[in-house]
Amino acid sequence: MTPCLTITNLSATLPGGARVLRDVSLDVNPGEVRALVGESGAGKSMIGKAILGVLPSSVRQVSGEIFLDGQDLGALSASKRRILVGANVALIPQDPLTALNPSRRIGSQMTDQLIKILGWNSAKAYTRIRQLLDEVQIRDRERVLRSYPHELSGGMRQRVLIATAFAAEPKLIVADEPTTALDVTVQKQILRLIATMQRQHATAILFVTHDLGVVAKISQQVTVLYGGMIIEQAGVSDLFADPQHAYTRALLRATPRYNDPDARVEPVQPDVLAGLQNELAANDHAWEKHLG
Amino acid sequence: MPSEHTRPHRFNTRLWLAGGWLLFALALALLAPWIAPHDPLAQDLLYGRLPPFWSEGAEPGLWLGTDSLGRDLLSRLIYGGRIAFMVAFAAATAACLVGSTLGLIAGYFGGWPDRIISRIVDIWMSFPPVLFAILLVAVLGTGLHSVIIAIAVIDWTRFCRVIRAEAMVQSRMDYVESARIAGFGRIGIMIKEVLPNVMPSIIALLSLEMGIAIIVEAILSFVNLSIATDDPTWGGLIAEGRLSIHQAWWVLVFPLIALFLTVLSFSQLGEGLKQRFDPILR
Repeated sequence: MTPCLTITNLSATLPGGARVLRDVSLDVNPGEVRALVGESGAGKSMIGKAILGVLPSSVRQVSGEIFLDGQDLGALSASKRRILVGANVALIPQDPLTALNPSRRIGSQMTDQLIKILGWNSAKAYTRIRQLLDEVQIRDRERVLRSYPHELSGGMRQRVLIATAFAAEPKLIVADEPTTALDVTVQKQILRLIATMQRQHATAILFVTHDLGVVAKISQQVTVLYGGMIIEQAGVSDLFADPQHAYTRALLRATPRYNDPDARVEPVQPDVLAGLQNELAANDHAWEKHLG
Repeated sequence: MPSEHTRPHRFNTRLWLAGGWLLFALALALLAPWIAPHDPLAQDLLYGRLPPFWSEGAEPGLWLGTDSLGRDLLSRLIYGGRIAFMVAFAAATAACLVGSTLGLIAGYFGGWPDRIISRIVDIWMSFPPVLFAILLVAVLGTGLHSVIIAIAVIDWTRFCRVIRAEAMVQSRMDYVESARIAGFGRIGIMIKEVLPNVMPSIIALLSLEMGIAIIVEAILSFVNLSIATDDPTWGGLIAEGRLSIHQAWWVLVFPLIALFLTVLSFSQLGEGLKQRFDPILR
């Protein structure tokens, strides 16, 4: 089975030469959820942006390949790549407040890609998104279609964005901390909704998060990142039962447990952080050698 | 369309007063040949410097009095409005089209297009505007076209600056990135995603600019550099009124009032329309 997404040795640098991604390699199989876990600045969102072709202009991909369904994205022209990625990869963004255009109606924003990029006719596109709005459990969908974003709550907007992401039946969805900007009470519903939609549509998801509780609920595979470097990759039950790296163990100890709320939560210990710094230094050394 | 989630529009006094005056003045200007009580150019030295209707010595039918050559001031004001509005609409629209387009490009694309456009704007704005206008009209020759071109050439920078800043803010929004991811091209995104969000500002500026254009036209008329001297313009009337201020104050005051109300109304209209068009403010 060809993986839906393969990333090999991906490195990206900031203008000074500092690396935000260090030899990142990972696979996402069709229909599988892979969580990318790490602290802020670990490079987890950067991986998503690299796949989607929207790296910030200051960040440069200096090595590595990204394959989508076996197709090397680096081998394509910019416009071909945009169309291929647009048709096969979707994004569930972090902040539903800024991810919808405030001056356009929801219906036109949701059907935009289907009609203008994928060439569907308008009737077919609207039938499709009506069906998806039902799937994401929006009750008065006709009103929502006519609304402007500011007329909807944050949770509703995130439902709209989830529906939009699934509309074109993409092979892969990048979910960039989709519950972070939401109210705690809504987070759980949205998470459950994404999980349900993922199962129904058998879509592969690259799920970016810093919340190990979320990881346990939604994903099958986990990649732990620190400073742009992959620390550990494993299946979700293996990772939680038998974490191999000291940092992963420390992260697990730093996460509150739902089933044992009185358990002690510990910050990541200094010796673990020192170990990580050594690994980063060694990685830098190897990189400089590689550059010559 | 009223739905339970959009608040019903409150009656906006400012917007309606401004719009009302502008509609009234525009109607007068458009219908001048049928409405104006007299020929604005007909002189009658026997009726020179007659005061407005409420004063002693006023002549019935000459409502706002006459100037030193006995021409009916009301008719001259109405005909002057034609030129004022023509200049306002044509010059402001031209300045808006050029300035907003360049501003949108600079703000959305950034990089070298932004650097080039912004430097041009900086240089442009370092000329004193009125002197620049006078110079331009002197070069182009007097006439309505020259006045319109001169105003557009000077004032496009006003649009460019503001729209560039707004487009910059918009282009960093997530929905612009989402459109990129969906596969849309840059120009398409600029028109479809960014432009609607800067539209309220464009409309407000356009209205404001119409007021400014009327003032600039009046200044050019005042220094006798606008259109052919025979046709009455508000600036021309003010210039004439200034000469006879001690004998006939009305010749100066009525054109000033017309100018003041119109310019004020344009700026108020702009502000009111901006709120109407903004999906979040309304």
